Amino acid sequence: MLSQEIIINLTKTSKEVRKDILIQIYEAQSGHPGGALSCADILTTIYFNHKNENDKVVLSKGHASAALYAVLAEKGEIPKEELKTFRKYNTRLQGHPSSRKLDKVDVSSGSLGQGLSIANGIAMGYKLNKDKDSKIYVILGDGEIAEGQVWEAAMTSAHYKLNNVIAFLDNNGLQIDGTNDEVMKSKPLDKKFKAFGWNVQVIDGHDFNQINEAIEKAKKSKKPNMIIAKTVKGKGVSFMENQVSWHGKAPNEEQYENAMKELA
Amino acid sequence: MKATREAYGEELAKLGKKNKNIVVLDADLAGATMTKHFKKEYPKRFFDMGIAEQDMMGTAAGLVISGKVPFASTFAIFACGRAYEQVRNAIAYPKLNVKVVGTHAGLTVGEDGASHQAIEDISLMRTMPNMVVLSPCDEEETKWAVDFASKYEGPVYLRLTRPKVENIYGENAEIIVNGFDEKETTKIQKRNIKPKFEFGKAVIHGSGKDATIIATGVEVQEALKARESLLKEGINVRVLDIHTIKPIDEEAIIKCAKETNKIITIEDHSVIGGLGSAVCEVLSENYPVKVTRMGVKDKFGGSGKWHELLEKEGLVAEDIIKVVKG
Repeated sequence: MLSQEIIINLTKTSKEVRKDILIQIYEAQSGHPGGALSCADILTTIYFNHKNENDKVVLSKGHASAALYAVLAEKGEIPKEELKTFRKYNTRLQGHPSSRKLDKVDVSSGSLGQGLSIANGIAMGYKLNKDKDSKIYVILGDGEIAEGQVWEAAMTSAHYKLNNVIAFLDNNGLQIDGTNDEVMKSKPLDKKFKAFGWNVQVIDGHDFNQINEAIEKAKKSKKPNMIIAKTVKGKGVSFMENQVSWHGKAPNEEQYENAMKELA
Repeated sequence: MKATREAYGEELAKLGKKNKNIVVLDADLAGATMTKHFKKEYPKRFFDMGIAEQDMMGTAAGLVISGKVPFASTFAIFACGRAYEQVRNAIAYPKLNVKVVGTHAGLTVGEDGASHQAIEDISLMRTMPNMVVLSPCDEEETKWAVDFASKYEGPVYLRLTRPKVENIYGENAEIIVNGFDEKETTKIQKRNIKPKFEFGKAVIHGSGKDATIIATGVEVQEALKARESLLKEGINVRVLDIHTIKPIDEEAIIKCAKETNKIITIEDHSVIGGLGSAVCEVLSENYPVKVTRMGVKDKFGGSGKWHELLEKEGLVAEDIIKVVKG
């Protein structure tokens, strides 16, 4: 269990992260608020409570880049002022994360379905290096797992016993064209990953205690870890919550001000 | 006689001893790509990824992040075709130090037929920013290419082929074309001389002024055989062996165009986007001369014996001779 103080701090930080997400997308008038807001609490917990120096984070759902930059800004890794350059010409904060443009990004991403393979490669390398402590965190989208490569990689993680891989499935249930069920059924998620040889946990992806506990359990696992995090797309901004239309759209001035008021 | 894939497998196993960071990935083809030699010597640094090329390329990218130098090997058609976008986005875009090795390139795959014959891989890899493209022709040149790739920091595509071909360089050289006099026989063509290959620099055979044949891979042997026959008839052509397709040796190509005015390119690859196109790009902007592109003419291959397929496609020494005389 996390102490009350830590929970208060994480709650405060994730609120700032959400504001940072909106600032970026509003300034750029472009970006993906829904999926950035749904994984904000997961990324905040990883970066503020767990990530060690050699740990890596792979944001496989790279379109949630605003969430990653927001957490990096709150960590002090990039200046907060820089958030306003998001998606603009010559920015380090590319539309989808680029490790060449910004070295705080561990792995470039954007093309869906590739993050888990890359995480496996890092994990295999760490095993060869006899680094038993470092972890590789992966954030996958639930629409993303329709990509066949995810399942190739899921086999690889189990085959090579990559228990240093801790993956989160940001299970907000929505994707561009509708619900997961409408676009491409992926249920039952837990049984699928279990059948592929993974240690599977199902949690509330907005409950810091549950996120934290799942990571603690994963650190002791002998198998690769899939934490299926039930989340709400657009979480934190009432009119964006559970709305497919907020997948990849920027708020106008009035919407932005209302959203910022809700997060104040 | 040795296939470039065999030279690759042997050299890789040797390099594995010197460089402990080298790791090798294969997609259930270690016996064909010849990474089996490395696997035998260093089983812990060898990863069979199953028949999953897309996952293999991503995994190779990840291994770079933990400090390794991965060689990801499979047939060229799968390395460049099946996993094209993984190579582009996970390897080339972040400029990761992965060596993508495509064996069984071109029509010379032979009996397996069109589904397995990559005739567009040079084109696909050449157009990718940050990607270096190497296409060696024989054992010695392949050894150099593998060694160079292991030391070069960044993505490399290494194009290799299936059939055993004559050695051109080094002490086991089997094709030696003597010129009209001693001067015409370049040093690299003499036995017992270890050739020095240079990244981005073509190997120039001869100094004939009647034409230049620019070749890569298995076609270098054909070009040299054509050169030998033509010399007997009093026609003196030079041959450029292009082992580095990207970056291409612009200087040598322009120089040859100026000195011979007749350029023929030949490759076991589509005439669209490969070596011929690369040469035309250089010459059209710098020194326009007529270029005849010999290669696979915008069509798929088929089953057959490897040399028979080159003959049917008009890609052997006799065909070059005809073009030079015509």
